[in-house]
Amino acid sequence: MKNNINLKFLKNYGILFVLVVLVVVFSIISDAFLTTNNLLNIARQVAMLGISSVGMTLVIMTGGIDLSVGSLMSLLNIVCALFMVQLGINPVFAVIFSLVLSIIIGGLSGLIITRLNIPPLITTLAMMTSLRGVSYLLCGGIPVWGFPESFRVLGQGYVGIIPIPVIIMIVVFIVGWVFLNRTSTGVYIYGIGGNEEATRLSGINVGNVKVLVYALSSFLTGIASIIMLSRLNSGQPVVGVGFELQVITAVVLGGVSIMGGEGNLIGVFLGVLIIGVLNNGMVIVNINEYYQRVASGLVLLLAVIMDNASKGFISWSTIFPRSATK
Amino acid sequence: MKTEYIVSLNKVRKEYPGVVALDDISIDFRRGEVHAIAGENGAGKSTLIKILTGAIRPDSGEIVVDGQSFRGLRPQQALYGLGIVAIYQEFNLIPYRSIMENIFLGKELKRNGLLDIKAMRLESSRLLKLLGITIDPGTIVRNIGVAYQQIVEIAKAISNDVNILIMDEPTAPLTTLEVNILKDLIKKLRDSGITIIYISHRMSENFELADRITVLRDGAFVSTVDADTTSRSDLISMMVGRDVGISYPQHKVAVTREPLLEVKGLYSQKYIKDISFTLHQGEILGFGGLVGAGRTELAMALFGAAPIEQGEVFLSGRNINIRSTADAIKNGIALVPEDRKRHGILGHLSVRDNVSFSSMSNISRFSLVNRKKQIGIAEGFRKALSIKTPSVEKESRQLSGGNQQKVVLAKWLATNSNILIFDEPTRGIDIGAKQEIHQLIVELADNGKGIILISSEMPELLGMSDRILVMRDGSIVGYFSREEVTPEAVLELAAHE
Repeated sequence: MKNNINLKFLKNYGILFVLVVLVVVFSIISDAFLTTNNLLNIARQVAMLGISSVGMTLVIMTGGIDLSVGSLMSLLNIVCALFMVQLGINPVFAVIFSLVLSIIIGGLSGLIITRLNIPPLITTLAMMTSLRGVSYLLCGGIPVWGFPESFRVLGQGYVGIIPIPVIIMIVVFIVGWVFLNRTSTGVYIYGIGGNEEATRLSGINVGNVKVLVYALSSFLTGIASIIMLSRLNSGQPVVGVGFELQVITAVVLGGVSIMGGEGNLIGVFLGVLIIGVLNNGMVIVNINEYYQRVASGLVLLLAVIMDNASKGFISWSTIFPRSATK
Repeated sequence: MKTEYIVSLNKVRKEYPGVVALDDISIDFRRGEVHAIAGENGAGKSTLIKILTGAIRPDSGEIVVDGQSFRGLRPQQALYGLGIVAIYQEFNLIPYRSIMENIFLGKELKRNGLLDIKAMRLESSRLLKLLGITIDPGTIVRNIGVAYQQIVEIAKAISNDVNILIMDEPTAPLTTLEVNILKDLIKKLRDSGITIIYISHRMSENFELADRITVLRDGAFVSTVDADTTSRSDLISMMVGRDVGISYPQHKVAVTREPLLEVKGLYSQKYIKDISFTLHQGEILGFGGLVGAGRTELAMALFGAAPIEQGEVFLSGRNINIRSTADAIKNGIALVPEDRKRHGILGHLSVRDNVSFSSMSNISRFSLVNRKKQIGIAEGFRKALSIKTPSVEKESRQLSGGNQQKVVLAKWLATNSNILIFDEPTRGIDIGAKQEIHQLIVELADNGKGIILISSEMPELLGMSDRILVMRDGSIVGYFSREEVTPEAVLELAAHE
């Protein structure tokens, strides 16, 4: 029992260590880093990433992947903007309609994956390509702007000193954690990722659970898209390029197994923070943008290596397989 | 000058955190003998194999191979240098490649840098013929039966100039007929000078095949005995450290004539043809037959995991439609599957989650699981089935095979199903757990449940069942009552040409 707890602690330890090191390093280099203002700034910058990564975690946990989130963000940006600007729909309804659309699109991906037996990678890759195309078609490649003033609250408003997007992100993480750890569906998600056939033979409707996780992933990306729209104050078809890779990076950084069945949202939250701290810190200490990219890639690799090492998957004999002595 | 012993272990020790897996073990293996290793789960058999194949290094002690002393072996060295090969319960074959490519995996025959298909085919054919089967070496491994896959494993082993062949539960997936083929094969290999280290839970095989038997218990060496001069009950008491004869529990309550499940003219996929039978309340209905006779497929169809194409199923007289596993559970039908690791246990989940996995709706409100109730249920079954685990929070893959099987049983008992289908419920688990599971099955029947028992182990099938149906090629070909059944009669029907 005690052993077990230690192990769980160790699993989070590797990535927590990376985060602490980054924070310490940036604080030493720059006075501007460790201030309330800047920390809140980081939180606001990662809010959309964080919200979407909760959905991606559910998908990856079942052993799947969702590459369509970036393009979906572009599409919902344009759709929601057009609802308000061209059709003159009240912002509240525009948001609701957009979110319903996001659920439908995610559910469609899920149905294609489960009913037609197309691998998630292929299905969502196709979605990624075509949704982006639809987005450009709808707006003719031209940004859409001119929203009602009230719409800005979502992305730019505050409660006290806390930005609203940060509050939404925290709520999403808490609800996501409860869903994953305290509901039967959450247990089934773990079950499917670790052993799909055994889960099916336990009487669980695996197909329905999978459709649900893709719908949820799209829904949460929908929320992130609306926040993005509100922050930019204009609908742009180019938003969200590469967003799916950032989200997947955060989830994997957080220790979620890409094979499914293993991981938790606390780790993912730390993963999101690492990306936020890294991006923000490198700007503050004035690192050239090209170096920033190199660093981001290396940190991902390093964090996953540390995670694996703390789980005991890496040892000298795995690194140098032939050096074992007689 | 050749030494008498091909391999000797000398005070070999291996410890894991909290457990001594091997406690200063010394065993000598003679040239050209079949040497069985007997012991319950957790006795140290797997660790022993891993040390011999170089998968792990012992903490102390020495391994003497052909007079050469080693502190520990490396896998490459054990395989290619010393000719020590192991065939595991789960085969190490590449499913979508051909037999010959599997046989020559890692030592492909080449010509001008490309695979020499012709030579590999020729050599594979020779090896397979040597083992007594004629099959096209170009056949994809996935498309041949388990028994053939095992023969491919053996062919792969002997293609390596093997000196020592370790076989871990080789007969577990095989039917009686196939086991006989394997036994002949083992004798042939031994006569050609190969030393065979044989591990099996089936007592009769140890006696029939082995020249000598070494007994391990809880990581310690107990004794090495001659198979000829030792009795079965002596061996068992050495293994368990207490006197246990193999006996089967008896019903306390008589089987009723009340039909619980009636199946009429069932067809499923291409395996199941026109199956009709009736299961009564409190009855244990045995299904005998060879592997591939369609018993597992029938179980899957009744459980909604394979489509029913034709036929009707009646539950207490009511016609029911089973289209999914969820339907089956709703109707009180449960299946304890044959392949525990792939289909039964969710190894990465805790014992607690496993136990309530199929009955989650009973303990949740608005989909939120009541953690207290969930723990209570898991603890209840832990006690009732004496599941050995330090905590119900433990990942279930860390439990021994027998205890994992009990966790799977608990999952189904928690659904409170009236009809329980057991597909090879005691395969590959130790005697102690096996007897507990037998006891449990009888108790369930005594409580009025209907039990379908699929077993390839003849004593278990005959010892447990009230009636026995024999299947062959997807059809029911015979029926025996408990009084009239004999192993020979069942086998005769099952294997009829």
